[in-house]
Amino acid sequence: MNILVCISKAPDTTSKITFKDGNTSFNEDGVQFIVNPYDEWYALVRALELKEAQGGKVTIISVGGADYEPIMRKALAIGADEAVRVDIQPTDAYQVAAEIAAFASGKGFELILTGKETIDYNGSQVGGMLAALLDIPYVSNATKIDVNGSDATIERDKQAGTEVLGASLPIVVSAAKGMAEQRIPNMRGIMAARSKPLQVVAATAAQSLTQIVGYELPAEKGSVKLINPEDVKELVNLLHNEAKVI
Amino acid sequence: MNVLVFADSDNGKVAKAAYEAASYGARIASQSGGQASLVTYGKIDNINDLAQYGISDILLAEGQGHMDPIQLARLAEAAATEVGADLIVFSHDYTGKSIAPIVSARMKAGMVTGAIDFPSLSGDFVVKKNVFSGKAFAQVKITTDKKVITLLPNSISTEKKEATANITSFAPDLGASSVTIKESKVKGGDGIVLTEAELVVSAGRGLKGPENWGMIDELAKELGAATACSRPVADVGWRPHHEHVGQTGIAIRPNLYIAVGISGAIQHLAGVNGSKVIVVINTDPEAPFFKAADYGIVGDAFEVVPKLIDAVKELKASQS
Ligand SMILES: Cc1cc2nc3c(=O)[nH]c(=O)nc-3n(C[C@H](O)[C@H](O)[C@H](O)COP(=O)(O)OP(=O)(O)OC[C@H]3O[C@@H](n4cnc5c(N)ncnc54)[C@H](O)[C@@H]3O)c2cc1C
Ligand SMILES: Nc1ncnc2c1ncn2[C@@H]1O[C@H](COP(=O)(O)O)[C@@H](O)[C@H]1O
Repeated sequence: MNILVCISKAPDTTSKITFKDGNTSFNEDGVQFIVNPYDEWYALVRALELKEAQGGKVTIISVGGADYEPIMRKALAIGADEAVRVDIQPTDAYQVAAEIAAFASGKGFELILTGKETIDYNGSQVGGMLAALLDIPYVSNATKIDVNGSDATIERDKQAGTEVLGASLPIVVSAAKGMAEQRIPNMRGIMAARSKPLQVVAATAAQSLTQIVGYELPAEKGSVKLINPEDVKELVNLLHNEAKVI
Repeated sequence: MNVLVFADSDNGKVAKAAYEAASYGARIASQSGGQASLVTYGKIDNINDLAQYGISDILLAEGQGHMDPIQLARLAEAAATEVGADLIVFSHDYTGKSIAPIVSARMKAGMVTGAIDFPSLSGDFVVKKNVFSGKAFAQVKITTDKKVITLLPNSISTEKKEATANITSFAPDLGASSVTIKESKVKGGDGIVLTEAELVVSAGRGLKGPENWGMIDELAKELGAATACSRPVADVGWRPHHEHVGQTGIAIRPNLYIAVGISGAIQHLAGVNGSKVIVVINTDPEAPFFKAADYGIVGDAFEVVPKLIDAVKELKASQS
């Protein structure tokens, strides 16, 4: 099976989030970047499992500058066969989706996997937009996927439960927790990744439809009001009369 | 501007998040001198209730059977054309997340997902959203004429007024479904959906084992709260995955979040720091969670929680 996995770069989950240039851009100083966890732990690993079981090829694609290459090498070290970087710093999800669609169109990818969201922008946008641009079906928040011939069986979360869906390939699926287990790259994988192909392609002229104009940090919490563990009633009293939440 | 709200239902009932989306859309339309309409689908028992949240003109697509995300996106698009909408509003829930991006790309309408406030209507159209899993907010400008917003549940307050729905049946051509439902499982329990819950009781590794969750369930039941948990607890299977909150779980913003035996790691806080009031119960006074809390009890959960259950019962008894 010919699988494409969309890989984005995200700040490490322990990063302290600060901004610069008058709160208009993210301050990357001292920030470690990782593969977006949903893309790595679930989408990529499930793609590799499907390939191992059925044969085929796993290509990863990122839309970003040269700063994306370390995390792309990590994805290759985990086991992807080849990588494509569309050389532009995207400014919104539509631009990302349009660039991936332009690359993927006509290349015969049967399954395209994304993460359910990036942990920095929290968009949950790229997968659905990509499906719309390629005019193929989309299933979001998938926790399981199996492929048999040209049919996929997908389990997904919904508001008050789960559902099992059937669809024929090609399809775009966004991956959530449950789809696979994280894999740690081994030394052999890391060595092999160095010589795997990483192709850089020029961007098309896809436009973005939105623009981030500023950032804010949440207001600092005042100090915590401590309540004596012998006087739990006082907590209920405060929640009822002061905070008015119960 | 003319606004179209897409409202979802679950098991024949309007979803709570849909009332919020309706209020949100109604207010934007009235403040910008436009009309608000709503589109929904399927069999809904309490469709009239929707009108009480500010939108009485409702397009209803009935009898279409199961619709996949592409068909639902076509439904939203057709309705937007029908009512001449400049802005389409969805809830940022599972349904909204799956169809809003399709609508945005098909219409080339710029989109902001997970909005937490009303857009600015004078000058640029700018919407505030959570980023970095709640560790910060971004102001996002939509630069296209047509716009899409998904509203994060529990972000705005709603107001209910007497009104009667004006329902028009709506049957645009939605094409064939390319996704079939093989099986649909509804979650058991009392059915308070975590992402929509106003009150949440959550517990972590401090509880020592799954057999000790009885008191957490009981506290939640007394309060009418949903239950949640930290990631390690879901990873080892003490609690189901859908209860896992945080940066790699779900992000919630209830009015009250009670954290029992959770240390307050940065990845956990990311998913809950939008909560209006946070209560922390932990034996360790140095637990980082106390820095993010409004109220705290330094104490043993096994002693404090049973007392808390009694105190809540007492309060409820005095109210009834
Ligand atoms: C990439 C990445 C992503 C992550 N994403 C998430 C995420 O989304 N959500 C998440 O929750 N975590 C996440 N984590 C894990 C996170 O870093 C913490 O390890 C986790 O939140 C700790 O869970 P905990 O608070 O239940 O356990 P612990 O850290 O072990 O804390 C248990 C707490 O219970 C207290 N305690 C012990 N006994 C009692 C008692 N009798 N009564 C009261 N209190 C008691 C202790 O003092 C302690 O503070 C992530 C980690 C990584 C690396
Ligand atoms: N710059 C990017 N390059 C490649 N894939 C991306 C990029 N940004 C986002 N994605 C993919 O789209 C998913 C959802 O992203 P988002 O819509 O930003 O939440 C991510 O989990 C990735 O799989």
